[in-house]
Amino acid sequence: MAKKKLKAHHIERTWCKGCGICVHFCPKQVLALDEHNIAYPADPEACICCRMCEYRCPDLAIEVECQET
Amino acid sequence: MQGKVKFIQGNEVCVEAALYAGLEFFAGYPITPSTEIAEAMSARLPQIGGRFLQMEDEISSICAIIGASLTGRKAMTATSGPGFSLMQEALGYAVMTEIPCVIVDVQRGGPSTGLPTHVGQGDVNQARYGTHGDHAIVALTASNHQDMFAITVEAFNIAETFRTPVILLFDEVTGHMREKVVIPEKGEISLVERLRTSVESGVDYHPYLPREDGRLPMSDFGGVHRYNVTGLYHDMWGFPSDDPKIVYGLIRHLMDKIQNYTGNMTFFRQDHIEDAHTVLVSYGAAARSARHLVENRRKRGERLGLLELQTLWPFPGDVVRKVCKNADYIVVVELNTGQVIREVKLAVDRPERVYLANRIDGQLISPTDIQNILRLLHGKGV
Amino acid sequence: MSVKDYIRERFFPHMWCPGCGHGVVLNAMIRAVESLGMSKNEIVMVSGIGCSARISGYVDFHSMHTIHGRALAFATGIKMSRPELNVIVPMGDGDALAIGGNHFLHAARRNIEMTAIVMNNRIYGMTGGQFSPLSGYAAAASTAPYGNIDHGFDIAKLSEAAGATFVARTTTYHVHELSRLIRDAILHEGFSVLEVLTQCPTYFGRYNRAGDAPEMMETYKNRTVAVGSEKKNQDPDLIERGVFVKKELPEYCREYEKVIEKNQQKQT
Repeated sequence: MAKKKLKAHHIERTWCKGCGICVHFCPKQVLALDEHNIAYPADPEACICCRMCEYRCPDLAIEVECQET
Repeated sequence: MQGKVKFIQGNEVCVEAALYAGLEFFAGYPITPSTEIAEAMSARLPQIGGRFLQMEDEISSICAIIGASLTGRKAMTATSGPGFSLMQEALGYAVMTEIPCVIVDVQRGGPSTGLPTHVGQGDVNQARYGTHGDHAIVALTASNHQDMFAITVEAFNIAETFRTPVILLFDEVTGHMREKVVIPEKGEISLVERLRTSVESGVDYHPYLPREDGRLPMSDFGGVHRYNVTGLYHDMWGFPSDDPKIVYGLIRHLMDKIQNYTGNMTFFRQDHIEDAHTVLVSYGAAARSARHLVENRRKRGERLGLLELQTLWPFPGDVVRKVCKNADYIVVVELNTGQVIREVKLAVDRPERVYLANRIDGQLISPTDIQNILRLLHGKGV
Repeated sequence: MSVKDYIRERFFPHMWCPGCGHGVVLNAMIRAVESLGMSKNEIVMVSGIGCSARISGYVDFHSMHTIHGRALAFATGIKMSRPELNVIVPMGDGDALAIGGNHFLHAARRNIEMTAIVMNNRIYGMTGGQFSPLSGYAAAASTAPYGNIDHGFDIAKLSEAAGATFVARTTTYHVHELSRLIRDAILHEGFSVLEVLTQCPTYFGRYNRAGDAPEMMETYKNRTVAVGSEKKNQDPDLIERGVFVKKELPEYCREYEKVIEKNQQKQT
């Protein structure tokens, strides 16, 4: 199976309510909350494209764009 | 009138008329004295490809017909007092969401379980004020089978024209009584079909934007236009809003679309009014006795007249005032402690002329009952 | 295709609290519908009243936001009238099983094809945290300040006893399972019930010291097991997830079609 590589995290900043679910459950600690309590990719290099943050986001604010490598 | 002659119960007349009007969907729950409507519907609807549902209660019955109507079918439910009480919240939902439907209340004695097998007319005010919040409502009634047929068809016409629930306030006597009725030929009574939107797929459709005449073309749920329906105050797309302008606009529209068109929904009969010094104002089963008395006493030279109301809400106050203008005595004949009399008093000049002739013991008021009251009024003693 | 193709974007951000599990259900539901390749015009969503009921306003389907507890009754009218439509009925636990309990039982008994999703957060959220029929014994709520003495329902057992032909449970932690079960429930030809344990950090979490949203989801992860798991024998308090019932029985609308076929008068 082809490995997936991150292109970008698209985060709707006005939709994110800063609940921290994505941050808490990210297996690689890619995401963090910024000073406005909004999710952002603090360590995108570590992303393994599992997209669990996207699926668990209750605000539908995250889209993880990946590409096959 | 051409057509098939039948000798049937009023409840069955209501069924025949609803089918004549194009009814395709009925949901109900057994309750005396309306049950025969559900029974007849369960037999007749599948025969024409329609659908009958026996639900778990009256609440779900009215909810089911509202859902069915939204998908484009003419729909009705039937019940009696206790069931009508249960339906009040959903009735308000139909008002707010402007979904056409017909609700039959075959009235029995109340309050509470009351007198299940006996007649009453105690739900007149409930029909008007039963659901919470300001709203306009249409409620019709009839005293004989032929009128019951026509009024039932009219209920569907009004529901479709004005996108509103319409209440048919029948009663145990008219519902259970058997008499002759002529089922009109197709086309003899004109039918109003649902006004559907001409907006095409992909073009912005506004389900809650009234036309200039107050009517709102509908799009069948499940069709090409996806929109929202809610009991909350809503904008022209049907989405919730508490913007004061939108709230004001909607409540005004809901009131005006009925109140500005009362001419299209006012039905009544008047007999011997011209020279009447006593006018009986009555409706439903009670009007049968009132009519009998008027016909009988006219032969003996008594100047009695009858105004039989078939529209109870919106109350035809103008008609009542005009008809009763020259009467010395106005006697409201009804089977409750005085519900329509209040409206009559509000409508006429010199309300001190208005009296009540009623029975509240589960029995139909008789011509003699009314006559005795008239004799007392006229100072003749019984 | 993305999630945004299925939502009414202009109403976002949505009105749910930070961390509310209902958004996770919405998220999974959209992916389930997307995977089925259904046209948005074929789907009708009918909801009642409460936080959960607001889900219908956010999806770009035919949406009907009705009155408290009666969503299934409205949905029954729609489905009977137009059996070709896919009817999804998301409900809260109070909406479905307190005020709407009777309709829930009877919709299950009829086996009418629709998908009932019970978003069980064990509390009335919209009105500010009163106990629900799923709060359970000893739970704290704004109307149970001394601890709840009401016992909760088991939604899965209740649904099965009432006659539902598809019954499943999952949580907002198990998002792949959630999306798959919504899909299976929609595909099922009969009345399907999916209970989703969904966190209300604002009221249930706060009153019951259950932590914030991630912590409540950790509990779903740690205190649930797949149905039939050995672990349940060792720890009976674990909550089972998965499909409890899946059987084929005559579906209500199809049965009624037969009644029509048999009795419809020949057009003359």
